Amino acid sequence: MSTVEVTPASSRSGEFQQPVVNDFSIQVATINGSGSQTANSVLMRAIFQMGIPVSGKNMFPSNIQGLPTWFTIRASKHGYIGRKKELDFLVAMNPETAREDVMKLDSGAAVVYDEPLKLNALRSDLHFYPVPFDKLVGPVCPEAKLRKLVRNMIYDGVVANLLSIEMEEIHKALFKQFGKKKAKAAELNWGACQAGYDYAAGNLPKVDPYRVARMNATAGKIIVEGNAAAALGCVFAGVTVVTWYPITPSSSLVESMIGYLKRFRIDKETGKATFAVVQAEDELSAIGMVLGAGWAGARSVTSTAGPGVSLMSEFIGLGYYAEIPGVIFDVQRVGPSTGLPTRTAQGDILSTALLSHGDTRHPLLFPKSPEECFSMAIEAFDLAERFQTPIFVMTDLDLGMNNWMADPFEYPTKPIERGKVLSAQDLDRLGGFARYKDVDGDGVGYRTLPGTNHPQGAYFTRGSGHNEKALYTEREDDYVNNMDRLSRKFESMRSHVPQPVVDYNPKAEIGFIAFGTSDYAVEESRDQLRSEYGIETSYFRLRAYPFTQDLLDFIRRHERVYVVEQNRDAQMLGLMRLEFDGPDIAKLRSMKYYGGLPLDARTVTDDVIHQEGK
Amino acid sequence: MSATVTPPPKKVNRIGLEVLSYKGGKTTLCAGCGHNAISERIVECFYDLGVQPWNVAKFSGIGCSSKSPAYFLGLAHGFNAVHGRMPSVATGAMLANRSILGIGVTGDGDTASIGLGQFMHLLRRNLPFIYIIEDNGVYGLTKGQFSATADLGSKLKTGVLNDLPPFDCCALALRCGATFVARSFSGDKKQLQAILKTAIAHNGLSVIDVISPCTTFNDHEGSTKSYSYVKDHDMLLNEVDFVPYYDDISVDIPEGEVQEVTLHDGSKLRIKKLGREYDPSSKFDALKALDEAGQKGEVLTGVFYVETGKQNFMEMLNMVDEPLATLPQARTIPAKAALDEVIEELR
Repeated sequence: MSTVEVTPASSRSGEFQQPVVNDFSIQVATINGSGSQTANSVLMRAIFQMGIPVSGKNMFPSNIQGLPTWFTIRASKHGYIGRKKELDFLVAMNPETAREDVMKLDSGAAVVYDEPLKLNALRSDLHFYPVPFDKLVGPVCPEAKLRKLVRNMIYDGVVANLLSIEMEEIHKALFKQFGKKKAKAAELNWGACQAGYDYAAGNLPKVDPYRVARMNATAGKIIVEGNAAAALGCVFAGVTVVTWYPITPSSSLVESMIGYLKRFRIDKETGKATFAVVQAEDELSAIGMVLGAGWAGARSVTSTAGPGVSLMSEFIGLGYYAEIPGVIFDVQRVGPSTGLPTRTAQGDILSTALLSHGDTRHPLLFPKSPEECFSMAIEAFDLAERFQTPIFVMTDLDLGMNNWMADPFEYPTKPIERGKVLSAQDLDRLGGFARYKDVDGDGVGYRTLPGTNHPQGAYFTRGSGHNEKALYTEREDDYVNNMDRLSRKFESMRSHVPQPVVDYNPKAEIGFIAFGTSDYAVEESRDQLRSEYGIETSYFRLRAYPFTQDLLDFIRRHERVYVVEQNRDAQMLGLMRLEFDGPDIAKLRSMKYYGGLPLDARTVTDDVIHQEGK
Repeated sequence: MSATVTPPPKKVNRIGLEVLSYKGGKTTLCAGCGHNAISERIVECFYDLGVQPWNVAKFSGIGCSSKSPAYFLGLAHGFNAVHGRMPSVATGAMLANRSILGIGVTGDGDTASIGLGQFMHLLRRNLPFIYIIEDNGVYGLTKGQFSATADLGSKLKTGVLNDLPPFDCCALALRCGATFVARSFSGDKKQLQAILKTAIAHNGLSVIDVISPCTTFNDHEGSTKSYSYVKDHDMLLNEVDFVPYYDDISVDIPEGEVQEVTLHDGSKLRIKKLGREYDPSSKFDALKALDEAGQKGEVLTGVFYVETGKQNFMEMLNMVDEPLATLPQARTIPAKAALDEVIEELR
């Protein structure tokens, strides 16, 4: 059987096109629950093992089995690991979406497809590779009920052949994926891979330009999901109380954490746990437990997504006002309401920064990578105890649930920050204390933990009005003094939260401000703007709220500043509006994307060019 | 000239503290409020048993009842949480420090209306914790609306009749996993003391529903939670007596009439039958008795259920004996080798 080559304009292009090496994206369209996740991970890892920078994005439905799902793998010799908008190589395994998937491709793309779908009839400007998957799966998988799962591994072999991915690396990745315990399943799948490879070698002459070639850009790196990285960060921060309520896309954060805790946090001598994990009845209870534990001196954490944060609103006000440490991961997804629960967004920024009734403000940390999920988890616990307040770590579905190439995490060497906690000896020396008195001028009072062995250790914690001594009050001056001290405390945090990463380009009139996973698109867009339009830019990667003074300096040093974010209402820009004055705000422009997919560079570049009037 | 005046020796308990060390701030609740009597019983019981006050943590939700932790055990840490959500806060705190004795005070609105979900999940977990419901059938702090424990047909001051059936918090507690369940009346000093002391000694979740009349909004003719109604309809299921573990006074009890339950710390709960055959280790008996009393319009009080062998929440979680909150860093942060191991797997 030969490849169907139907494009008159490019009929001879297959052989004569310049090869495109290590710079393309593959999209695999399958049905969820069909085992495609394994096949896709193996493909991604094999490319990674060949030393080529790679990223994988899973676009999956809120469903367990039977709905369309897409996985995009991007190989980039330049090291771009954000999503690439243009798709170069499609593996069309899902009959339901195949037609639309093919119609969306740019001219010149390649399509591996299930032969009976006859996709080659749809377009004449693509390179088609038909594969009879059902015919191939029979001989390699005698057990009929497993064929649905094994079938997908065939495309790994086909793609490996067409893209020059080394089969030894596929083999290595496959056996790593299955682990030693599932060697038999791995063998079965390996057979399918080989069948695919052999079929392609014998029947599919290469006509598209895309291929990989070994590089050395991934040495020493790891592949990990942001949620697993955050979980590890919590474990190495010495977390002791973990509470949660399952919600996509945050569930795997606590599930990974449970795995690591069981491995590394069981006392050798007693066989007992140095932690407690509670799956709560809802997010209200999860945050209540976090605050109760934080109040009693534990390092406590919960992980959730937007709907959970909304439910926690009242409790977070208590945490702010009664000044109780706690760490909350918000793995953001598309809202409002149930929204698109399996799509990514940065849509909880404004509501979380000001969560709860009355005047409240909460510190937010914005990791962009697994490395920062790990390091900011540790920083979040330190900040929570240092400043006695709930701290939010704002990740997103893209970061949390996708596999990322990352540098190994650095083992924390700094002793952990337990904050201003008075011991019985301190109380003997001081003869008592006033819980909410600003002794040090940073707005942070001294606290004691319940169970402190001292008759003067106790105080009463309440969400109602309280004075310096934690006594009930409805007095105007007590209330105002306390609220002003809380403002001072928030001010003190500015120099303690993760500081921004600033790339100041003296030739640039334009600046970018971005945070979290928008970083990848922005970095790539800056290169596009320079190489395609000759536009120089500076870049301020925001890593926390409250903002630092540098942010204002950055805005002032540029003519126009694009605030890039993944929500409809320019929420981060809105937060800046609350703090900055007219002339500074007037320089800000908004670059927004809220379609639920990870932000890509082309979208940023096109938007900026449009707004620049070019 | 003057004779030496020796001050009378101060009366102290077995750990050398005066009763003053167990008192709290001055109550701001209404005169005659049943909740104040309950606070007094708490002071007496903790004093009598010689519990270190600063090893206790007090919790409450929101409402009149939930104000009361400020009025007892002033030397203990207190936490006045949000409405209906005290169980989660208490659970977190108890997990952080399992060496603390935890006591929560809540009301019928806090527990049976807004907080029903958290209450029921607290029951499932058998947290070692004393959960007291100061139950008056109305919202006092918002001036007298019905709560979910108000009886069918009970009348508000305004004449409005309650047309929804009540939740029986003791029946819920029995069904959902509490291991010590009792009901008392704020006016019954002796019974409430014995029940509270048992709760202090019990290793597991104690639920004590105390009918505690609201003198301002629910103490009138037609109310089933008024002093006079409860006095007239109080039906004692049993008579209870508590003997602390350090007290070895033996009392002659006629054979067969008294059941003795040995609690976690060796203290004993003595339950004297009154008339009917009743087994305090049978949930079935308890539910049946509650149901029958409910149908007759009686307020059944006494100890309904005690279960001493069940694992508490910390035991279920296989937690270390020491408080998690104060474990040294060496025990909570794994060694570098552990991180290296994980990183190697991710390569």
